[in-house]
Amino acid sequence: MQLGRVIGTVVATEKADGLDGVRFLIVQPLDRRKEPSGRPVVAADAVAMAGPGELIYFVGAREAAQALPETFVPVDHAIVGIVDAVEELR
Amino acid sequence: MKIARVVGTVVSTIEHPAFEGRTLLVCDLLGPGGEPDGGYVLASDTVGAGAGETVLLIDEGNSARQVVGLETAPIRSVVVGIVDEVQVDGEAWAV
Repeated sequence: MQLGRVIGTVVATEKADGLDGVRFLIVQPLDRRKEPSGRPVVAADAVAMAGPGELIYFVGAREAAQALPETFVPVDHAIVGIVDAVEELR
Repeated sequence: MKIARVVGTVVSTIEHPAFEGRTLLVCDLLGPGGEPDGGYVLASDTVGAGAGETVLLIDEGNSARQVVGLETAPIRSVVVGIVDEVQVDGEAWAV
């Protein structure tokens, strides 16, 4: 899993079966200092509460689909949590 | 599997149910000599790992689900061990 920031939304009316009702957001992956790292991705919002500007964490690959109500769907990134804080341990 | 160092935790109240009650650790990935290689992952803890500890983590979903005991869970990275010592080319490094 990785940190990311929601930077946009995606609207798609025609979608593959099983994706009805799933919200898609554009997520900029971040390094652990919360600096942008790599290319933005489109991620399904599995917590259904993430919005633009929010710091989130997401899961990639096949496990992303496991976050959704319908688990056998073509999704490769999913937001699985909204970050309140990242605490550095000493 | 990968070797990493625990450097932080993620605090989250709104999260997928599979993450509830689990500590999500920020883990710097380490190179063969024990130095951070620049990458990191957020991994669910299953062994009680703490700050600064060198850990063994798995970054693959099927194994991760097996470890947390859930058949469907969007968890891919899990800390599965605390490393006491690593030896590479006869040189030992550890916690």
